[in-house]
Amino acid sequence: MPQDTLKDHGAEKRLVNIRIWVAIGFMTLLGVGLISRLFYLQVVRYNELSTQSDDNRVLVQPIPPTRGLIYDTNGKLLAVNKPSHILSIVREQTKDLDGLLESIGTLLPLTEGELQRFHQRVKRRRPFEAVPLKFDLTSEEIAQVSVNLFRLPGVDINAELIRKYPEGEIFAHSIGYVGRINDQDLRRLDPALYSGTHTTGKIGVERSYESVLLGKPGHQEVETNARGRVLRVLKKVSPEAGLDVNLYLDTELQKVAIEAINGRRGALVAMDPKTGGVLAMASNPSFDPNLFVTGIDSKTFNALNTDIERPLYNRASLGEYPPASTVKPVMGLALLANDVVKPEDKIFDKGWFQLQGSDHRFRNWKRSGHGWVDLSRAITVSNDTYFYIQAGKLGIDNLYDFAGQFGFGHRTGIDIREERPGLLPSREWKRGAYGQPWYPGETVIAIIGQGYMLATPLQLVESTALIANRGRYVQPRLVKEDIPEVQGEFWGKDIKIGRTPEADAKNWELIINAMEDVIHSPRGTANWRIGRGLKYRMAGKTGTAQVVSIAQGEEYDAEKLKEFERDHSLFVAFAPVEDPQIAVAVILENSNGASNVARKVMDSYLLPRLTAESSQAKGEK
Amino acid sequence: MANQDFVRQIDLHGFGRGPGLSMRWHIDFVLLGFLLLLCGAGLFILYSATGRDMSVVIRQATYLGISFSGMLIVAQIPPRMLMQWAKWFYVGGVLLLLAVLFMGVHSKGAQRWIQLPGFRFQPSEVIKLIMPITMAAFLAKRPLPPSFKDVIFSLVIIAVPVVLIAKQPDLGTSILIGSSGMFVLLLAGLRKRIIFSALCLAVPAIYVLWQFFMYDYQKRRVLTFLNPESDPWGAGWNIIQSTIAIGSGGLYGKGWLQGTQSHLDFLPESHTDFIIAVLAEEFGLMGCLVLLALYTLILSRGIFITLNAQTLFGRLLAGSITLTFFVYIFVNIAMVSGLLPVVGVPLPMVSRGGTSLLTLLAGFGLLMSIHTHRSFLGVSR
Repeated sequence: MPQDTLKDHGAEKRLVNIRIWVAIGFMTLLGVGLISRLFYLQVVRYNELSTQSDDNRVLVQPIPPTRGLIYDTNGKLLAVNKPSHILSIVREQTKDLDGLLESIGTLLPLTEGELQRFHQRVKRRRPFEAVPLKFDLTSEEIAQVSVNLFRLPGVDINAELIRKYPEGEIFAHSIGYVGRINDQDLRRLDPALYSGTHTTGKIGVERSYESVLLGKPGHQEVETNARGRVLRVLKKVSPEAGLDVNLYLDTELQKVAIEAINGRRGALVAMDPKTGGVLAMASNPSFDPNLFVTGIDSKTFNALNTDIERPLYNRASLGEYPPASTVKPVMGLALLANDVVKPEDKIFDKGWFQLQGSDHRFRNWKRSGHGWVDLSRAITVSNDTYFYIQAGKLGIDNLYDFAGQFGFGHRTGIDIREERPGLLPSREWKRGAYGQPWYPGETVIAIIGQGYMLATPLQLVESTALIANRGRYVQPRLVKEDIPEVQGEFWGKDIKIGRTPEADAKNWELIINAMEDVIHSPRGTANWRIGRGLKYRMAGKTGTAQVVSIAQGEEYDAEKLKEFERDHSLFVAFAPVEDPQIAVAVILENSNGASNVARKVMDSYLLPRLTAESSQAKGEK
Repeated sequence: MANQDFVRQIDLHGFGRGPGLSMRWHIDFVLLGFLLLLCGAGLFILYSATGRDMSVVIRQATYLGISFSGMLIVAQIPPRMLMQWAKWFYVGGVLLLLAVLFMGVHSKGAQRWIQLPGFRFQPSEVIKLIMPITMAAFLAKRPLPPSFKDVIFSLVIIAVPVVLIAKQPDLGTSILIGSSGMFVLLLAGLRKRIIFSALCLAVPAIYVLWQFFMYDYQKRRVLTFLNPESDPWGAGWNIIQSTIAIGSGGLYGKGWLQGTQSHLDFLPESHTDFIIAVLAEEFGLMGCLVLLALYTLILSRGIFITLNAQTLFGRLLAGSITLTFFVYIFVNIAMVSGLLPVVGVPLPMVSRGGTSLLTLLAGFGLLMSIHTHRSFLGVSR
């Protein structure tokens, strides 16, 4: 080869060798660079990067606490947690949601309502959150879905504790219910406490005692892979279960009350005047609180919400009704305490009363009049004229002050949030509400609990308990346990605890005797309905609230009025008179017979107790 | 220097005595030993990287068996013959690349394979061997340092396959092949002024490359490399996760099979390009240094063979193969540890995959061939 002759092999070899040594130099340099880089990452940045590695794999998951249980006074469970298998969907993990729902629908029945609620929830949740589709899967359904999970991307079945109200409708208003946390709830709730919990108390005891029922969430540190699947639990801090609460409510008594109300619109509150414990709190019609726990579909909700009978509304503490004649005992006490009348003072009732300089006739309910009437008789026969006459002498200011001490116009502070204060009118209130002065005629109807005055059944039972206790005040309450952080919010907010209406012992006995006559004297207004066959002494007062005012001179005929314009019947009572154990207030809207309802409840509560007491007394002898 | 002495000692006490077993069978036992050690270690890492998938390890071991056989077969080919056939290899290789461009198989957005009955064939792998052979053969025949004309001709030889492979697109391979060609040119004594001028031209050349020749995904890789945090869930994920894997290994690592980054799937491509991160996470800096030491032994043997090659062709070829092997190692580790953009270069002998293994070991077969086909009548070194 000609080229070979030109080559200087020795020089070429030297040249290449030099280049190789240069290359070795470069390689050494780059190698040192690599080792430095590894040293920098593995030694210098070790702490930072190993932390990042842990952050990568370790996820903190909340463990929801078990919600506190709610018991009635006899230890019967009223709110429980039942494990429920839930089929949920992570929207992010499925491409075709409608297709997925369709294929789930072939495996288990999906109702219209379930689908609708699911779509409502999907809108509110973030795409990576599991959205429940169907609750309470049967084991058959679980098996059906489980074997098909591989072709249902994003579908998961997990067990969750679901609140159940075994008594259903009966305690819907007082115990209330929990429901899915909504945007409004999120604004007031601490997200840290609800990190694993999907529901919160909405009304009733569930709402007011939420902070103690909830408990404290725990958490677990789990190792996940890059796709977020949990591989193992590294560390676990157990949640603290919520506090169990015991109520004064008595399931049997509540059932008797609802049975006695017998489908009519109305409410009953029964209270132990010794403790203030609410023994029964019924509002009819009612609804099934279990519907709300997993989210109610809008169709069902709208039906409940727009129902003319208003089943969602707690009449016992929200319903404001004219108390009518049921306030006469309080007003009687007011007359005595303010020295307006003496017990022996009598008036002659000719059936009506006229203010001086006015031709408006304030009528007695018995048009022919009751003749000569003293205070005691005025209460027993529920004479209006007696009170009409005294109204002017008492005056609205004294009336307001005295009735206010019995809780009228103020929230009782019962430990649920659903309470209204009613209305106890005053000069000041009238100016504020109407921009008008108080007229004397308004005192005349206020003293018989009509006109502007409104009271809730709860207020009526509270004022009755106060009479039963001869002025000793008790705080109405549902929960037996003292939980100051909850009850402090309600108690004493609107009223002065421990106030005692000014009336001396003689006055109390006079009024109570008159109320006893209402039941037991043949003249008493409740005697013909419930006075016979009573095995204990009861003191009470009837009331009839006009729903529409009757024009002057027009004959009153309940039959002619449409159902919703009929009078409400009211009744308050306590028993036994000598040792009051129960106070009751009943209102029946557009119906009569409130006293019958009260008697059934009292019989049911007292008879077994009195029998037990007397047999015990015999035993002691 | 120290390494070289060490290697030589082993050689002397081992198989270096005249035309012994090594010369007759054309096997360099020292190199073979180091390679077996490295590959054995690689299988352990792979077992962990695949999440204890024994079937992958067995398959890889099979590839290793095939590739080692391939290496020993290549070692039987005398260098002289390679030199004579070089230009035909080259022409054939370029034709195969053209075939890929026109009738190749698409996979993962690239067109790198030719479908043959029964298996896929990746011509760019063969070019990895053909390129240094062709360049060495071309320059060995010419006076060194190469004349300007020869340099231009060499650049054309390099450029044709590099451009064809870059078009597939396979930037990583095309850079590796380009550099294996350039190494021959550099070793052959490319004049310093040309080197410096080229470096000065590189800056505008890179600009042109960026503007007109690079694909979007290639550009994105470079951009993410420069700032991985800009896209932590997308393209930056690989770099961030591999950095975390390496760093969290610390000095001694989390232990074999204990790496969380790889076992929990945070680490991308943990069997292939990013396998060094598995090693770094589970065995720490110490494990990395052991691996680098093994590589250094192999490289030292390669340099020893280069320096002791009898012919200029052998010297240039062996030098280029050794340097290219180094580039493989460097680019892969630098890429996984975040020093270079992610270009898709596997860690030689350790990453899963049969094709690159076969090529690499065939390259070492060439080294063995150069070392063991000696003419004892010829010039001693």
